[in-house]
Amino acid sequence: MLSDGLVSAAYIAASVLFILSLGGLSGQESAKRAVWYGIAGMALAMFATIFGPGVGNYLAIILMVAAGAVLGVQVARRVGMTEMPQLVAALHSFVGLAAVLIGLNADLEIGRVTQTFADAGLAFPPPEGWAANGVATDVLLAMEAIASSFSGFAAVIAHKTATEITILRVEVFLGVFIGAVTFTGSIVAFGKLAGRVDGKPKKLPGGHMLNAGALALCLILGFIYFAGGGIWTMILMAIIAGFIGWHLIMGIGGADMPVVVSMLNSYSGWAAAAIGFTLGNDLLIVTGALVGSSGAILSYIMCKAMNRKFVSVILGGFGGTTGPAMEVEGEQVAIDAGGVAAALEDADSVVIVPGYGMAVAQAQQSVSELTRKLRAKGKEVRFAIHPVAGRLPGHMNVLLAEAKVPYDIVLEMDEINDDFPSTDVVIVIGSNDIVNPAAQDDPNSPIAGMPVLEVWKAKQVFVSKRGQGTGYSGIENPLFFKDNTRMFYGDAKASIDQLLTRID
Amino acid sequence: MKFGALAERAAGERRVALTPMSAGDLGKLGHDCVIETGAGAEAGFSDDAYREAGVEVLDSAQAVFEAADVLGKVQPPTEAEVDMMREGQTLISFVWPAQNEALLERAKSKGATLIAMDMVPRISRAQKMDALSSMANIAGYRAVIEAGANFGRFFTGQVTAAGKVPPAKVLVVGAGVAGLAAIGTATSLGAIVRAFDVRPEVAEQIESMGAEFLFLDFEDSQDGSASGGYAAPSSPEFREAQLKLFREQAPEVDIVITTALIPNREAPELWTEDMVKAMKPGSVIVDLAAEKGGNCKLTVKDERIVTDNGVIIIGYTDFPSRMATQSSTLYATNIRHMLTDLTPEKDGKIVHNMEDDVIRGATVTHDREITWPPPAPKVKAIAAAPKKDKPKELTPEEKRAAETAAFRAATRTQVTVLAAGAALMLLVGAFAPASFMAHFIVFVLACFVGFQVIWGVSHSLHTPLMAVTNAISGIVVIGALLQIGSSSLWVLLLASISVLIATINIVGGFMVTRRMLAMFQKS
Repeated sequence: MLSDGLVSAAYIAASVLFILSLGGLSGQESAKRAVWYGIAGMALAMFATIFGPGVGNYLAIILMVAAGAVLGVQVARRVGMTEMPQLVAALHSFVGLAAVLIGLNADLEIGRVTQTFADAGLAFPPPEGWAANGVATDVLLAMEAIASSFSGFAAVIAHKTATEITILRVEVFLGVFIGAVTFTGSIVAFGKLAGRVDGKPKKLPGGHMLNAGALALCLILGFIYFAGGGIWTMILMAIIAGFIGWHLIMGIGGADMPVVVSMLNSYSGWAAAAIGFTLGNDLLIVTGALVGSSGAILSYIMCKAMNRKFVSVILGGFGGTTGPAMEVEGEQVAIDAGGVAAALEDADSVVIVPGYGMAVAQAQQSVSELTRKLRAKGKEVRFAIHPVAGRLPGHMNVLLAEAKVPYDIVLEMDEINDDFPSTDVVIVIGSNDIVNPAAQDDPNSPIAGMPVLEVWKAKQVFVSKRGQGTGYSGIENPLFFKDNTRMFYGDAKASIDQLLTRID
Repeated sequence: MKFGALAERAAGERRVALTPMSAGDLGKLGHDCVIETGAGAEAGFSDDAYREAGVEVLDSAQAVFEAADVLGKVQPPTEAEVDMMREGQTLISFVWPAQNEALLERAKSKGATLIAMDMVPRISRAQKMDALSSMANIAGYRAVIEAGANFGRFFTGQVTAAGKVPPAKVLVVGAGVAGLAAIGTATSLGAIVRAFDVRPEVAEQIESMGAEFLFLDFEDSQDGSASGGYAAPSSPEFREAQLKLFREQAPEVDIVITTALIPNREAPELWTEDMVKAMKPGSVIVDLAAEKGGNCKLTVKDERIVTDNGVIIIGYTDFPSRMATQSSTLYATNIRHMLTDLTPEKDGKIVHNMEDDVIRGATVTHDREITWPPPAPKVKAIAAAPKKDKPKELTPEEKRAAETAAFRAATRTQVTVLAAGAALMLLVGAFAPASFMAHFIVFVLACFVGFQVIWGVSHSLHTPLMAVTNAISGIVVIGALLQIGSSSLWVLLLASISVLIATINIVGGFMVTRRMLAMFQKS
């Protein structure tokens, strides 16, 4: 058995290791070390907790940890890199559910402790400063005796005063609420990303008023609970909060998923922090806060990259337009693989702009092969990644890394935007809004002001696209009508494979 | 369907409407090709080359007329050729319907369809079949080459052991397709090129080709987009200002290339006799408008003359034909694109869709009717250029003032946020017990650390970041572990489930992060 002091020391070490683990992600090489810091921190924290004071039922612990580890390994081995967004969303839902369950447990424990005191004919919780106000010594002793009969978390509760119990209830409320929203929200996000739920935004009649009403209801239930309402208030509240999470994410479209997933990431952190407050555990608070702020920053970066307000993303739909969109003149001119191959033969510098379409078509291996062939011919090939390309922050980088595209030729938008005028050929694979010149030219466009990759400044642009549609946002893309743009219609993977046979 | 290319009968015409390459492309559309023997000889394509490309070579024009459903030519058909056509047969060539109304009547009475390559509307969709542009491009290039052949000096400036050579100064009047091609050719030969056009919006194009745009500051400048990208006649005042500008240039420039044409009008006189007189001996004028009377009145159509003061004036009108291989290749491609539009299903079946702007515009006779002039196309040629306001240049003082203001605003927001935060903390502190505040400090500090650390994370590692934070947020397992020891069965059950799913999270999250990071490799 470890003493409280040792457990605290282990927690401090774990906190530091977690911070180092996140900080190490600043570079690809240091990241490989950083993940070990994270693993070490987690192992330390679990070891210290399991062998710390007040923990029992080791059989259940061993069984559950072993089962969880096996399942976790299975999941991590099986998942494909294109399925990363779904996996991340699914894992968020676990954290949310765990937070709800732990919160309910805390309330159960409060109930149990109160009951025991009541059986002994004592009032619980005692008011603030009761010990100093001349309480009879025998009462004091009786209370202490009951309190010490508890173990673990219940023992902590038994020593709390009335104010502390109220605070505890607030914390339980927060933990359960955030956890429930995260849980159902993540499940919907998972469904949308995995294609099991229609990606289009959907809302029930009443829209956001319904959400606001549900939120008000949750608050009312919360006050009933603070005033001594039973556990039913918490369960009901968790169900209503779950509805909010479901309805909120249902109302957000597929292309906004990067923001949603990072937001849920943030929520899962805050839920953990709220549970930390409930249990009075600093390690949980620190880790929750780290994760919460990480998700918040990712959401901020994503919104910035789309030039949209966080609130308008969450409330769904694009921001208001101020007038009719500029009319697009001209024609989308198609080209076949032979034409693209010929242009690539002549080009010295090539930039590839991948988007979600590449992930959908699973074309990353073919793209990598194309890159390898072109580089072998001495051409400069680079990738331009827009921050919101794909369905997860950094999604494209992971896909390209999986296909063995070296990361030093994969560049961010700011690094490469100035190089387009001196680029011979740009190949756009399955992206649309992130290369839309209307963002700069047309002040009435719904995406006006959004930073975009200025591919149209290159000498020639080839757009690999399924068909003539306008894609998720429904915004016409003038790029497709430009004189130096040629449309390379077809499934991205099939198109690139065709191209490969023509380049040797 | 069979496409048949005829040999040109007109004197000096060396182009041909079908090349072996375009024949291959037509094959993909489902069309067979035939050609009159010797049709491509002058353009450098032998009968054997055609045969290799799968084209059937026929002995006479008569045989081609009989075999083919659609005929291709460069020059307008002669009356004899129209007479050989049969009902429903189509012929694609330059037609110049304004000058050849008798020809249209004849074609109409024969029931033949004539498609005029010179009537293809100027919309972006039709650019690929715009034979006028592709021929003008060649004419512009060739004009510079002809000028160079007649000019006694280098184009480029050189410093040699035998002395210094100044670069030639070239003036291009009219920056249409031909003008821009001439600018490009002359600059790449090393000349100093100046260019003028009545449409100020082409200044950017001129400068992008490496020439200097002679700017005429005049209020009434034209908006070319209103007239399909072509120039319109200008007012007398504008003309005067323009001639004054040219008069200043005349003694300086060595080579003048004029390309100014206004649709359906005589070419405007831009290079007057006194300007020619002012030029240095040995200078060259190439007048690409010679066909329509010339931009210089001294020009003699189809001839090279030398004026009394030794200025050479070239008035050839057959520049594209002088580069027959190149021009045939481009023209045949234009024709092939026209046939692509006429064969929408790519199945070798011609669909003459008179609803289509391009086909409608180019068709001059169809179904025993003269369909020229066509109605205005539904699509405007070129989007009207939006008026652009240049951002005002800021003076250093204004810049500094703006910076100070921005700094102040930032300070103000930051102080406001801090004050609000402090007030909130005080409020919480006033009501919450000390044990809560101790945890709260930890929480706030952890948030700050988190913000600082996460900003440094590389964008490309955002997905691994999410996976690792996912794993770390599995730390809620600790909460469940602390509760699992409870003697209540319910608590035990719920805590066990929590431990299970949190462990999945931890193990799965870390493993998948490791898998991802291992994939990131340097080249």
